[in-house]
Amino acid sequence: MANDDISLTVEPGEIHALLGENGAGKSTLMNVLYGLLQPDEGEILVDDKPVRIRGPRDAIAAGIGMVHQHFMLVPVFTVAENVMLGAEQTTGGPVGFLDRRRARKLVREVSDRYRLEVDPDRTVEDLAVGVQQRVEIVKALTRDVDLLILDEPTAVLTPQETADLLEIMRTLKAAGKSIVFITHKLKEVQAIADRITVIRRGRTVGTAAPDTSEEELASLMVGRSVLLRVEKGAAEPGAPVLELAGVAVNDDRGHRAVDGVDLTVHAGEVLGIAGVQGNGQTELVEAIMGLRPVVAGSTRLDGRPTLGLSTRDILRAGVGYVPEDRSVDGLVKDFTVAENLVLDIYNTEPFGTRWVTRPDAIAENSRARIAEFDVRTDAAGNAAVGTLSGGNQQKVIVAREFSRPLKLFIAAQPTRGVDVGSIEFIHRQIVHERTEGTAVLLVSSELDEVLALADRIAVMYRGRVIAVVSPDTPREEIGLLMAGVTTESAGTAKDGHPDD
Amino acid sequence: MTASTVDAAQVVAEPTQWWSRQRKIGVGLVAVGLVAAVLFGALASAQSAEFTLAETISGSAVGMNGRVGAIVFGVIAALAGGAMLVAARRWVNWLLGLGIVATLISFLCWQLSQAPDSLNTIALGSVARSSVTLALPLVLGALAGVLCERSAVINVAIEGQFLMGAFAAAMFATLAGSVWIGILAAGIGGLIIALLLAVLAIRFLVDQVVLGVVLNVFALGLTGFLYEQLMAKDQSRYNQPAFVPEWDIPGLSKIPLLGPALFKGNIFLYGAIVLVILIHVGLFYTRWGLRTRAVGEHPAAADTLGVKVLALRYRNVLVGGLVAGFGGAYFTLLSTTNFNKNMTSGLGFVALAALIFGRWSPIGSMLAALFFGFCSALAVSLGSINSPIPSGFLNMLPYIATIVAVAGLVGRVRAPAADGTPYIKG
Repeated sequence: MANDDISLTVEPGEIHALLGENGAGKSTLMNVLYGLLQPDEGEILVDDKPVRIRGPRDAIAAGIGMVHQHFMLVPVFTVAENVMLGAEQTTGGPVGFLDRRRARKLVREVSDRYRLEVDPDRTVEDLAVGVQQRVEIVKALTRDVDLLILDEPTAVLTPQETADLLEIMRTLKAAGKSIVFITHKLKEVQAIADRITVIRRGRTVGTAAPDTSEEELASLMVGRSVLLRVEKGAAEPGAPVLELAGVAVNDDRGHRAVDGVDLTVHAGEVLGIAGVQGNGQTELVEAIMGLRPVVAGSTRLDGRPTLGLSTRDILRAGVGYVPEDRSVDGLVKDFTVAENLVLDIYNTEPFGTRWVTRPDAIAENSRARIAEFDVRTDAAGNAAVGTLSGGNQQKVIVAREFSRPLKLFIAAQPTRGVDVGSIEFIHRQIVHERTEGTAVLLVSSELDEVLALADRIAVMYRGRVIAVVSPDTPREEIGLLMAGVTTESAGTAKDGHPDD
Repeated sequence: MTASTVDAAQVVAEPTQWWSRQRKIGVGLVAVGLVAAVLFGALASAQSAEFTLAETISGSAVGMNGRVGAIVFGVIAALAGGAMLVAARRWVNWLLGLGIVATLISFLCWQLSQAPDSLNTIALGSVARSSVTLALPLVLGALAGVLCERSAVINVAIEGQFLMGAFAAAMFATLAGSVWIGILAAGIGGLIIALLLAVLAIRFLVDQVVLGVVLNVFALGLTGFLYEQLMAKDQSRYNQPAFVPEWDIPGLSKIPLLGPALFKGNIFLYGAIVLVILIHVGLFYTRWGLRTRAVGEHPAAADTLGVKVLALRYRNVLVGGLVAGFGGAYFTLLSTTNFNKNMTSGLGFVALAALIFGRWSPIGSMLAALFFGFCSALAVSLGSINSPIPSGFLNMLPYIATIVAVAGLVGRVRAPAADGTPYIKG
């Protein structure tokens, strides 16, 4: 049961945050409200009148709009076409010729009124994620909704886009719209919510005011007290493990994505790469892992060049890798947890040989890993990994990567879409690994995460490392660097190479 | 070792993108043109090669020395290819078209110069007319595919819908003594297969490609069985339909080349033209079209906006069945006099190919079908002038030309994103 006797009241002109971990039942509740799921019992009241919502059409008629976590936009359509779909402006008559001019005008009107900048004639697939989200909001607003549900709207946004979204939410609130803001990010809740309802395991566990402290909110959400800041001692950097010199990499379209990056990661330190997503971090990590060709420059692992090595060779050389998109690159969703835990070593002893696998050894390993990494699934790990929540999937990946002796651990967005409890756990594991003497390269578009974990921070902007700074640098300064503003000349745009 | 300071601002040599697609095609065209000039020129004789726009080979014609023609037009094709290396982008399609036509003329000069004395003329009017006629079932089949696949149901069963349509048309046109009853029955024949496709694919989530193949086998078996048990025993009672009448459009049908091709037609020709226009306009300018395309690309998005995804898919698949069944009637009411087992001989699959080469668009599909029709018509014409090329190779021509055109010129195509994926709510 995803929802068990939940009550929720949203006042007009209120931003109501619905806080809960992944899998707590927030999205289920909202899908009921939007008519995508039917409740087994209970009722929905709009303006004190009970309504029955059998589908999205009823929900829209009742004044409820929803922006889904995974955007419901047709990528090949223009903004105007996406907005008009389902409520098309036509020239009338039985045929229903589309009146594109009227649709465009409507988009412009709504985007002007609520300061949501969108161009009705752009094709959606060409738009940045943040803009696509604005299209979704415009789509809901053109249907005259009074209540707007935003399901994890900031999960895919950069810090700047998040700030823009919060501003939009304030504008909407000022215009008298109610908003249900689903999230598990505490800072955003505190910044914008008027009231907070916390859900855990399908039940309402409390209502809180926005001035409740982060620690309190977190413990309400998780059900126990959580450490938000990772305790870690000073780094004791050793020899260089990963050395990049003048590395250049192209993206899928053949444009230069990484343009001459020099970086060194030492044993026993966490090097964090900060930067707005899309500034070459993805391509850089893929190049290091041998997943993408290096156009120029050199990469060395432990002093040995790795250019031309296969990804398997690089993994076997002692590199652990948490890929950015866990569901595509990190796991085989239909395989069991146990199988996913040995994806990289299934053909080495004791799990198997070239010809056979040993189910007993794999099962035993699975039990041990699940216990050690607190993966919430059946004890033996026989469930398909795709059925687990995001946080638990990520724990499976981390558990797998840490089960080999590592020299270098690369974590790309290790806690994206992961609940607070799991974030805490994964962070502790990363710091532990560093203290054991592993070199860690952390890539994250969450500045907080980089600040919390990194011993040195490299800021990437347009394919280059424009500065390497200490984590004590003020947030604002790093924020400016992420936007490409450097205080000094290009001379700082280099990593200091220790001589060896 | 000294610290090697690698300047972050170092300039990395950009790999030059000189070998654009345009230039690659240009070089290919130069090669083809030169091969044509040398090979066709060497093989051709000095006999005159005659071309006429009329429908028959009697009457006035433009002629030239076969060998000279083969060489000159081969060189023209090569020059067009050469021009593509330097020309601006907007000229590319024109130059490519010129090159292809010139290569074709070079080829025909060779063929005609080798033809027996009185047959050294090619009647382009007749080629145009039979190109269009041969393309008709493909256009209709591909349109049926457009209707289904734009709403994300893969239709591999066009062949089966053709067969059912052809059978029903022959049988009911004969029984009722009216081709119009036959056409109506053909539509229903196609509809039966479409109904099976829709229910099994949409309701029972059967893999759509496998399902399509099974339905083809089913249609082949069913019509074959009924043919043997019923039709073959009394052909005059069950299997002697009349031809559909020819409707000339006065005036327009006298235009050289286009007249006989487009304005001396029948229900299938005019029906296909009307359907191409209707479906094109419908798909891109109406509410139905917007919803159909949305359901084909991202059904969940359409669903959250209150569009009834499954109902729309049923409707489109069923209408597609009607269109394909109508196309099937072509085989028994226009191209031959009676129904025969497996008489569609894989043309349903060619229609499917036309759909894909035409990028799932009605007009693109029509052009692809016309291209195939033209190659078939050319093969027929060459056969009638006693071409030295063995007839087996001539029969291959349309298929080979289609493969070359698709691989070389069409490039990557993008299907509707959800094509073939059943929609399950929630």
